Amino acid sequence: MFKIVLKRILKNKLALSGLTFIFFIFFVAIFSSYVAPYDPYKINVYKVLTPPSKEHPFGTDELGRDVFSRVVYGARVSLEVGFLAMGIAIFTGTILGAIAGYYGGWIDTIIMRLVDVMLAFPTLFLILAVVAVLEPSIYIIMVVIGLTGWMDVARLVRAEVLSLKEREFVLAARAIGASAGRIIFKHILPNAIYPVIVAATFSVGGAILIESGLSFLGLGIQPPEPSWGGILSVGKDYITVAWWLSLFPGVAIFLTVLSFNLLGEALRDAIDPKHWAED
Amino acid sequence: MIPILFGITLICFIVINLAPGSPATFQEELSPKASPEAVEALKKLYGLDKPIHERYLNWLKMVVTLDLGKSFVDGRNVKDKIKERLPITVTLNLFSLLLILIIAIPIGVYSALKQGSLFDRALTVFVFTGFSVPTFWLALLAMIVFGVNLGWLPISGIQSIGAETMPFHERLVDWIKHLILPVTIMSFAGLAGMSRYTRSSMLEVLRQDYIRTARSKGLPERVVIIRYALRNALLPVVTLLGLAIPGLIGGSVIFESIFSIPGMGQLFYSSAMARDYPTIMGILIIGALLTLIGNLIADIAYFIVDPRIRVKRDV
Repeated sequence: MFKIVLKRILKNKLALSGLTFIFFIFFVAIFSSYVAPYDPYKINVYKVLTPPSKEHPFGTDELGRDVFSRVVYGARVSLEVGFLAMGIAIFTGTILGAIAGYYGGWIDTIIMRLVDVMLAFPTLFLILAVVAVLEPSIYIIMVVIGLTGWMDVARLVRAEVLSLKEREFVLAARAIGASAGRIIFKHILPNAIYPVIVAATFSVGGAILIESGLSFLGLGIQPPEPSWGGILSVGKDYITVAWWLSLFPGVAIFLTVLSFNLLGEALRDAIDPKHWAED
Repeated sequence: MIPILFGITLICFIVINLAPGSPATFQEELSPKASPEAVEALKKLYGLDKPIHERYLNWLKMVVTLDLGKSFVDGRNVKDKIKERLPITVTLNLFSLLLILIIAIPIGVYSALKQGSLFDRALTVFVFTGFSVPTFWLALLAMIVFGVNLGWLPISGIQSIGAETMPFHERLVDWIKHLILPVTIMSFAGLAGMSRYTRSSMLEVLRQDYIRTARSKGLPERVVIIRYALRNALLPVVTLLGLAIPGLIGGSVIFESIFSIPGMGQLFYSSAMARDYPTIMGILIIGALLTLIGNLIADIAYFIVDPRIRVKRDV
């Protein structure tokens, strides 16, 4: 199964370019201190808001800091938030979905009602409320984005578990006296892993979008910490004089999220047996 | 419906009580000289001296009677504050929904009919762009191009200064000009999702037997597409429309603050910044209620357009 999926993704040009860009962004994030030509925090009062040039390919910001270096460092923040928020969302969704699907009954009712309630809130309202009540920090942002993004995963896993738990191998495991935890984690979830991976790929992109939106509103990553949304937020204040502040960080967000979405779409096609006949 | 409403109030209450320290300590931060007696009095005023479950029940009693409390910022009733902001937000969202429908359905249908064509592939590119682009960034770019460089459209507010004195038709034009950018940008993400959904729903329907039957009995293609295929393909789209509402309302925080539109989103943003808990709670609840109302309308619409549901109820 894994080999088929990998082969199908490597054959898909769009997915491949997405994957390449994800590797590239990872490289930039890990080695940002080598990639960035300047210190992203270094203020230079003589170079305030200079347009893109040879020394400063993305121009400088309102404090004379090099925007290119800040965008490079911003990749770290975005990837950290994207992946950890995804991890929290997938973990919560998988556990709750598996419990709901496996036990059924009133446990299922309570968990699925919670899903309905959470889905009734405009996500951004809920996130903003929590971030406003607690001090915004990168950890709180990750946790909040994760805890408001698990509902779809829970529904997905629940549906998978419902269809898997009546299968022979699960009944056999139950017959030999395996515990519920063992059946869920060893027998059921490994068989439901692929749709979860697809959801995880999409949710990284989604989390990066939300984080940048929060930072843009000033309720996300706090300055002077460089973040893509944060630079755009300054760009809004200088919209009539410094277009470069509004352009480059947005391109970075767009390409990163696009790459995750392309990869997710290719994964979804690749794990769908309907498409296998084409090989 | 009732358990969900209950759950909504519970989550609102939990969120606000996550705060380390109460609003009273927050006011204390503002004026460190406040005496302990004054802080106690303040706590009593806001009912913060009672245990948490009692506070929840008291608050719930207020919410049920649609009393959302008084704002910490200006002491006005939260209900009144929301009431004067809500119409703008709802209007903007309705316009966006309308725009999404008007554009997305023809696009989706056309690209389903021409599956694999250049147009269809262009739609795929557009869909991916729509899903991946940060819409607030798009708003910034649109403001730079149409507002700053070309100077065609105003970039903030919903009316020009002195609009009150204009004659009616000029005021209308002025208002529309102010709405063009926000509504277009707000629709962008929804447009991508909706047209893709319409496309796949249409493709699904076109494979059905009754479409083949309609064609084979010699009905003109136009009738087959519009009367037979489209009507069935639009059923799931109605549901999706209901599901799109929380995203639109949530997005209004970002758009209203970018375009300086005095709606509920902007009120929410400023309350979040000022930690005005009663207003935050009030808008959270109203936002969730709007979502539920949207879903209810979608269900009713579904009931109207799909005769099968009505028949099933009688069986």
